[in-house]
Amino acid sequence: MIILPLFIAIPLLAAFLITFIGGREDRWGIGLSLAGVSVVLLLALYTFFMRNGDRLVYEIGGWSTPFGINLILDAFASFMLITVNLLAFTSLLFSMQYIRYLSRDWKYYALFMLLVTGMNGVIMTGDLFNLFVYMEIALLAAFALVAYGGRAEEFEAAFKYAVMGALSSVIILVGIAVTYSAVSTLTMAQIGEELAGKDPLILHWIGGLFLVGFGLKAASMPFHAWLPDAHSSAPAPISSMLSGVLIKALGVYVLIRVFFNVLGAPDMFLTAFLVLGTISILVGVFMAIGQWDFKRLLAYHSISQIGYILLGMGIATPLGILGAVFHLLNHALFKGLLFYNAGAVETALGTRDLRRMGNLTRLLPTTSSTSMVASLSISGIPPFNGFFSKLIIIIAAIEAGLPIYALLAIVGSLLTLASFMKVQRYGFRGEKMIEVVKQHIGAGMNTAMVILAVLCLVTSVLVIPGIKEAVMDPVVSAILDQSEYIRLITGR
Amino acid sequence: MKSDQGMTVVVKTVTRVSVWVILMYGIYIVFHGHLTPGGGFQGGVILALAFLNVLLAYGRDFTGDWLNIGFLNRVESGSITLFLIIGILGLLIGGGFLANFIGHGELFRLVSAGTIPLLNIAIGAKVAMSLFLVIWVLSHLQLEEGEEI
Amino acid sequence: MTVYVLCFALFLVGVYGILTKRDLVKIILSIAVMGYAANLFFILFAYKSGAIYPILTKGATDAPMVDPLPQALVLTSIVIELGTTALLVALAVRLYQKYKTFDITKIRRLSG
Repeated sequence: MIILPLFIAIPLLAAFLITFIGGREDRWGIGLSLAGVSVVLLLALYTFFMRNGDRLVYEIGGWSTPFGINLILDAFASFMLITVNLLAFTSLLFSMQYIRYLSRDWKYYALFMLLVTGMNGVIMTGDLFNLFVYMEIALLAAFALVAYGGRAEEFEAAFKYAVMGALSSVIILVGIAVTYSAVSTLTMAQIGEELAGKDPLILHWIGGLFLVGFGLKAASMPFHAWLPDAHSSAPAPISSMLSGVLIKALGVYVLIRVFFNVLGAPDMFLTAFLVLGTISILVGVFMAIGQWDFKRLLAYHSISQIGYILLGMGIATPLGILGAVFHLLNHALFKGLLFYNAGAVETALGTRDLRRMGNLTRLLPTTSSTSMVASLSISGIPPFNGFFSKLIIIIAAIEAGLPIYALLAIVGSLLTLASFMKVQRYGFRGEKMIEVVKQHIGAGMNTAMVILAVLCLVTSVLVIPGIKEAVMDPVVSAILDQSEYIRLITGR
Repeated sequence: MKSDQGMTVVVKTVTRVSVWVILMYGIYIVFHGHLTPGGGFQGGVILALAFLNVLLAYGRDFTGDWLNIGFLNRVESGSITLFLIIGILGLLIGGGFLANFIGHGELFRLVSAGTIPLLNIAIGAKVAMSLFLVIWVLSHLQLEEGEEI
Repeated sequence: MTVYVLCFALFLVGVYGILTKRDLVKIILSIAVMGYAANLFFILFAYKSGAIYPILTKGATDAPMVDPLPQALVLTSIVIELGTTALLVALAVRLYQKYKTFDITKIRRLSG
């Protein structure tokens, strides 16, 4: 029970201690941040595997439920916690060398720990305004980290990201105000209980405001304009954190919590998810095919893959939710790996343009082989994990009687395959053999890439029926079972 | 105090007197946060404005000599670490993270309400230092070579 | 009812500013105005007519009090917007150093 606040307290303590100790170099920064993230990752693995299916509630400050804020850890939350902290750990391993290239400073690590704190807080909290506060903490750290490199494009991207982020935060604040005026409580379980008996018009207003606000954070289709600039201009480990977990923890996870556990999945919004998801898949892939800048191409593909997750959410059958959640984990793994590859190539060659790269298989063997693994995963080739999650979403669409969406999802997948074949052909196995590298890739960067590549293969086993029941089904039932979520808080 | 930065002699003389009054007022708001409207954030902003007053009236060089910026950095990060340590102490002693574990005392006295005045002081120090240091750093950014707006 | 309409009008002023203004500093100010409108909306919801402020003072009478929770939420929201504004202003100054202009239509090196 005492574990729950530790997920938030430990990274926060690491961030403040890094600021306090400071120093001229980044040794304390690296040490404290690695220690903090490792401890949280071990705790997350422990709660997911040992106490699976248990739902834990913790009241902050000892104040009981209607008056205080509570932290909830059910299967879905611990699943997300593992994803976030795993990617944070590998990102720190990657950053050790990559950031030294920019500056030997502890400020990056302090901001990074604040980002991890914010995301852990969003995942665990059970109170709507507390979610807003943690989301803002994570976003402010993300704005500063996007601009960390100090080049002109990074400031421009960070400014546009910050303006969009501020706009969406104000819309979410207005949504919280309308919710509070309707039900007079901010605990999400009680909101769910009381909103069931209210006027459906209020439900639509609240749902609409939250869809716009959190949809902007998740970069779904009409609100995606900030993503290509921000994710391509950030330093590579930050791009992988942003694309891999931030848009999911702040966007998709909150959408699932609010629309399934609080509002009870009204039909109008499920249709909205279906439509927005499909449009995201197609437009993301179309705009990605013509790109020659490696990171910008990956950013457009992020929009497309988030479309798959939204499609799975819109289908809302247990199989659809399973596909969506599984794809969430898979996308974090392979998109993170792809951004690490882009960062490694940028460190070695100094360029991100696909036309200027050539045959890198001899000089950067780890990077080339892991990029092949990641490209096959994202295109949906068996036996990698991308194949299984996309297959589950497509089967769920067909079973639910929505064959057109399934067809469009398959088209999107084929175009993704075409796009990544282009990346492999020009970027890694081009004609010109590259002879010299500007800087060698160190052990930290290689380790991070290898860990994620191995996990891309290993997570395919989550589809095997025996393991699926034990691991993934509690997650799906935690999402779909609204009455269980409510009884968890108010029944105590 | 004759330097070419800062404002006129009238402003400098008034500031020399009023800064201490503003600091005292800010500390009053922070300390009485559990009795009257106010508290950590509001008092912290007033304290930051006191230092900002000196920065505007006397210019950057004088303020840099008068205040030890390294010490202000330590106070800032130390006070927020103190806040978190009080929270974790609540977790260890029992009652939950950020619980009120000191005795509550009587109503309407200055020393009462458990850990709340301590948290107020930590937040007040942190906010004051943060705001002032943000404006201090922004005042160092030059727009063009030698041009200041 | 008119108070709510005016609050919404203030919000629309902020949105208009973000969408149409070209100067970076004016965009930042429009975001601040939108934030004020959202905070005002919160406080308007908390008001009960004929109630007093929610602070217990010595010898106070037993009157109904205004809802204190949105006031705490607005305080938190003001702090968050302060942080966002400080970050945006710092970014704007650095943008001027790099691009030599505050005009957002000229700050367009990223495209495609």
